[in-house]
Amino acid sequence: MIEFTYWDIIRNLLLATRWTILLSLVSFIGGGLVGLIVMSMRISKNRIVSAIARGYIELFQGTPLLMQLFLAFFGMALLGFTVPAWLAAGTALILWTAAFLSEIWRGCVQAIAKGQWEASASLAMSRFEQMRYVILPQAIRIAIPPTVGFSVQVVKGTALTSIIGFIELTRAGTTLTNATFQPFLVYGLVALIYFALCWPLSKSSQILERRLNVSHNRH
Amino acid sequence: MGYQLNFGWIPQYMPVLLHGIGITIYLIAVGAVAGCILGIVCAWTRALGPVWARPPVAAYVELIRNTPFMVQLFFIFFGLPSLGVQMNELQAATLAMIVNLGAYSCEIIRAGIQATPKGQFEAGASLAMSRIQTFRHVVLIPALQRIWPALSSQIVIVMLGSAVVSQVAAEDLTYAANFIQSRNFRAFETYIVATVVYLGLSILLRFALDALGWVLFPRRKAAR
Repeated sequence: MIEFTYWDIIRNLLLATRWTILLSLVSFIGGGLVGLIVMSMRISKNRIVSAIARGYIELFQGTPLLMQLFLAFFGMALLGFTVPAWLAAGTALILWTAAFLSEIWRGCVQAIAKGQWEASASLAMSRFEQMRYVILPQAIRIAIPPTVGFSVQVVKGTALTSIIGFIELTRAGTTLTNATFQPFLVYGLVALIYFALCWPLSKSSQILERRLNVSHNRH
Repeated sequence: MGYQLNFGWIPQYMPVLLHGIGITIYLIAVGAVAGCILGIVCAWTRALGPVWARPPVAAYVELIRNTPFMVQLFFIFFGLPSLGVQMNELQAATLAMIVNLGAYSCEIIRAGIQATPKGQFEAGASLAMSRIQTFRHVVLIPALQRIWPALSSQIVIVMLGSAVVSQVAAEDLTYAANFIQSRNFRAFETYIVATVVYLGLSILLRFALDALGWVLFPRRKAAR
């Protein structure tokens, strides 16, 4: 039987952390792009478009991420090709992230005073130009802290992909536990690594929020 | 596409599904009540409690909020027995949900407490109320009222997160779905049904929490 030293355990966990980070980045960036589309649909004046976006958000926010992962994994398989776990994991996480980010960003866009829309409309800007030059530059400032805060949820969400067989930090933890019979140590370390990933994000979100409030108060 | 969706298996597996739904409802009911009580105690400690007790509570909150629920669950179920704390899967799942919601609700409730105007504390003190009495009668209820929507959302999120407890073989709705799909080989349909049930549960839960808010806080404007 192979003996695992502490160093072996930590090294293997850190190697698996790469995949947690990579999947988090892909989900966050992909989810941001899809979320932007969903957000613009959600605030569209066309009622049908807006209702579709609302249904999408309700569906993905109202069901467990785990179910979405299962449906992506088994559903894509029904289309007739074998689905690698990373593809199902990435797809489900992107769609899930998009639902939350679009709702966060909608709040930020709608927090911009109505007068700004009217002022830009009176300058004969199109709706796209209004968004691009007037609303978004202001909305992005408010959006940064909650967006950074949500990235923590994405990192934690990637832990679920271990269930459909994507080998990342949690999965590596399970494998190492089975090999070493030291669940207390291994899952403790896994938790600490997640903490090391997430805590800086949470903290910077808080700091950004405080900074932003200061500039807000000076107005 | 040659594949036909088939839901003919539902009646046969209805008891399994219902049992799973029952466990999920049990988990969220116990988790929400105990978790919120834990959250209130922690929030009181962090905002008004003895100074020495604040850092440990802050550490607990940060640790839970920055690690995945599944890892917490695995740590409790697989890790704690090596310290001699043995639990069955349902107890471990319940404990994990309480500990998880406790940390999140602590932060939410603390925000509500800290938004209380200073005059409220002074008014309580001037009526010769002790600090605990002031907290219990003057501060807590308006604070809860203020943050009720945020707390409700968090409870729904925790309910959806509870799908993970199937991984330690707690027999919740997801466990039922896993069991059924291993028998009927209709994974996609089975998970669609489970997803729809979860969606219904989350809508119902949100509705119930809204209603509870109306019952608990009848004077909506007075608490401003």
